[in-house]
Amino acid sequence: MNDHLKHLAREAALGRMGRREFLGRAAALGLTALGANSLLATAAKAAGAQKGGTLRVGLQGGSTTDSLDPALATNQVAQSVIRLWGEPLVELAVDGGIEGKVAESYEASADAKTWTFKIRSGITFSNGQPVTAADVVETMDRHTGEDTKSGALGIMRSIVSVKADGDSVVVELDTPNADLPYLMTDYHLIIQPNGGKDDPAAGIGTGPYILKSVDMGVRFVAEKNPNYWGDLGNADTIEYVVINDNTARVAALQAGQVDMIDRVPPRTAKLVDRAPNITVKSTAGPGHYVFIMHCDTDPFANNDVRLALKYGINRQEMVDKILNGYGTIGNDTPINASYPLFTELEQREYDPDKAKFHMQKSGYDGSILLRTSDNSFPGAPDASALFQQTCATAGIDLEIKREPNDGYWSEVWNAQPFCTSYWGGRPTQDQMFTTAYLSTADWNDTRFKNEQFDQLLIAARGELDTAKRTQMYADMSTMLHNDGGLICPMFNDFVDAMSDRVDGWVDDTKGYPLMNGYAPMKMWVKA
Amino acid sequence: MAPILKLLAQRIALSLLLLLMISVVIFVGTMILPGDVAQSILGQSATPEALANLRAELGLNDPPVSRYFQWLFGALQGDLGNALTSGQDITSAISTRLANTLFLAFWAAVIAVPLAIFLGLLAVRYKDRWPDKLISGVTLASISIPEFLIGYVLMYLIAVKLRWFPSVAMINDGMNLWQKLNSIALPVAVLTLVVLAHMMRMTRAAILNVMQSAYIETAELKGLSTFKVIWRHAFPNSIAPIVNVVMLNLAYLVVGVVVIEVVFVYPGMGQYLVDHVSKRDVPVVQACGLIFAAVYIGLNMVADIVSILSNPRLRHPK
Repeated sequence: MNDHLKHLAREAALGRMGRREFLGRAAALGLTALGANSLLATAAKAAGAQKGGTLRVGLQGGSTTDSLDPALATNQVAQSVIRLWGEPLVELAVDGGIEGKVAESYEASADAKTWTFKIRSGITFSNGQPVTAADVVETMDRHTGEDTKSGALGIMRSIVSVKADGDSVVVELDTPNADLPYLMTDYHLIIQPNGGKDDPAAGIGTGPYILKSVDMGVRFVAEKNPNYWGDLGNADTIEYVVINDNTARVAALQAGQVDMIDRVPPRTAKLVDRAPNITVKSTAGPGHYVFIMHCDTDPFANNDVRLALKYGINRQEMVDKILNGYGTIGNDTPINASYPLFTELEQREYDPDKAKFHMQKSGYDGSILLRTSDNSFPGAPDASALFQQTCATAGIDLEIKREPNDGYWSEVWNAQPFCTSYWGGRPTQDQMFTTAYLSTADWNDTRFKNEQFDQLLIAARGELDTAKRTQMYADMSTMLHNDGGLICPMFNDFVDAMSDRVDGWVDDTKGYPLMNGYAPMKMWVKA
Repeated sequence: MAPILKLLAQRIALSLLLLLMISVVIFVGTMILPGDVAQSILGQSATPEALANLRAELGLNDPPVSRYFQWLFGALQGDLGNALTSGQDITSAISTRLANTLFLAFWAAVIAVPLAIFLGLLAVRYKDRWPDKLISGVTLASISIPEFLIGYVLMYLIAVKLRWFPSVAMINDGMNLWQKLNSIALPVAVLTLVVLAHMMRMTRAAILNVMQSAYIETAELKGLSTFKVIWRHAFPNSIAPIVNVVMLNLAYLVVGVVVIEVVFVYPGMGQYLVDHVSKRDVPVVQACGLIFAAVYIGLNMVADIVSILSNPRLRHPK
């Protein structure tokens, strides 16, 4: 039976059998859809990644103000460009695990407080310099120094010291953290010669490609690095074009000027998929669109007001109308099935009666001001209007204030008591909770301060028993679900599209859009 | 010739004064924008320490008046400072962008201006007959449709369906002139459609105005053909208003095409300015504002001078 399956997979990969037909036949042989899909992906890989050619990608989110300095990368384009020329110590694997990059292996002490990363031997930067443990130490130092502007500073705080030890790097933490390797996958933490202290924006790293032409916010061209240590990278040349306008990006794909694009607007994704030679790929991820209340500000300081609003939102309607089905419903926690230790909680449904009950119980009868803007998430003003209507059914008066995009992240988000926002998610629960729900977190945008939650979070970091740890995260999610200031109606899928000219897509890759940003390198141009 | 030189000198001095006043307005305007440079640069994912470090480094704590004079003297010497966000030298970054913008504006103008004037003359020649109505109808329709929509329609028909020209107007140094022209064909077409109507209508109106004059009747009575009358006798006397409107449209082609740049992903000044506005990169915004103001004032000054020179009454004042 196993041979039969392998044969079917090979047939499907070679295009002699449709994917759907393959899945059907595999199911007949007793294989689950998930298993069959991954078998298919493996077979496709084996069936022939083709080397050579130029692969062109249209991306959203770049700006002329971007920098090549990984510490300053804030958007999708900057991050995708970094992936070409540089690598962190370790990286998120397709299935959400960890794979080695600059570090070939790592191990933890029994208390998960001391971590040792062994540097891959014999690899060099693109300027020919060999990679040493000292480079790694300097890199970590640049992102933790007092005067750093690095976006990774927040996650580096728990690190007490980083020292070189022969060809290894030893990282000491102030508290145990079983998830440290996940922190090291952060896209800011690219290993650079001397830590990038001499010239942070030089674009010199150990990545599979070397930048040849850089025009910020416009175009990037990179060629295959002949000395790269691994087998990543199929096309000889990769070209990134920044196309921020949605219509223009889709048109460029249709006109054959680029081979793949990210962020297809959900509203038109089905139409785009119907176009000949174009396939739309949707990937579930940890990103979510949120309504956030400050738990320490009236009227939201009263948990009954928070519960009333949580019951007053119709999550399914939001997924249908705002995401056009490209997403899943949320459950007032930032965690969904894309996290490794996820436990499903009972789903909170839209219930106007309960909403009314909690509102009356709270004793608050004024109107509630919700601030929103176009850039807080795509369709945020529309989602706010839907929320307003479902609240009205429950007798809650929601007032919407439209704020300008300009300055939203400095004046409204994390400043006003109730507004719309989004989160990109993180690879692990610990990182997500630490970033936004720990009492002392800088971005605690719901002002959620719960001692028990904090204690559990710290304890879970040092807990190496997976079952116990899973239970701890489930308990924390329940606390947020019942007491938190987060109303999470939906998790948005990443929607990418590509033409028939390229092949090698792998479904359900964890992380960011376009196969965690690796699609241009892992996919190939069909000969 | 003395009075005319004096008049020209006056015009130029006035323009420079105006530019200086505008520099103050730009500086004050950028000062009172809401939001914080450091937060805009580092984005949603900025920590308070990182923000404080960046603010100190950018010198955002100096008094505004001293910053204005530093900036003004620098700008006079051709040094526009460094961008806050990327640390790049603004003068060199802007010069490539400005060259791209001028390249696009130049080719749009090369097509649109003669076409508009020719269509205007044609409309006068066949006044109130079908060519006049057709020309007016089409050009008025094209100016009434928002430019991004014309862009999308042309993109769909010409780039996606027919595949004659690319939808992404990417140009770079590695391309020869022919490749560059091929690349900017669509934006040039859209810009032409957008500016055509204004210039064409003004040409038509100005010439028709002159056509009422007695000397035109004389020319007709001499037995000259209608086209010759228009070209030799009416057109030279209506140059001033036509040049005015042509200059206004040229200025628009340089400073007002950001929407077209976004739609066609053209690396010009507009997109460069908008990106830096949203990041609160004040030095770049000021530099772009100054250049745009200079272009506007300069072209209007040219229009003024041409109308003075083309008008004998102004050329020889009593």
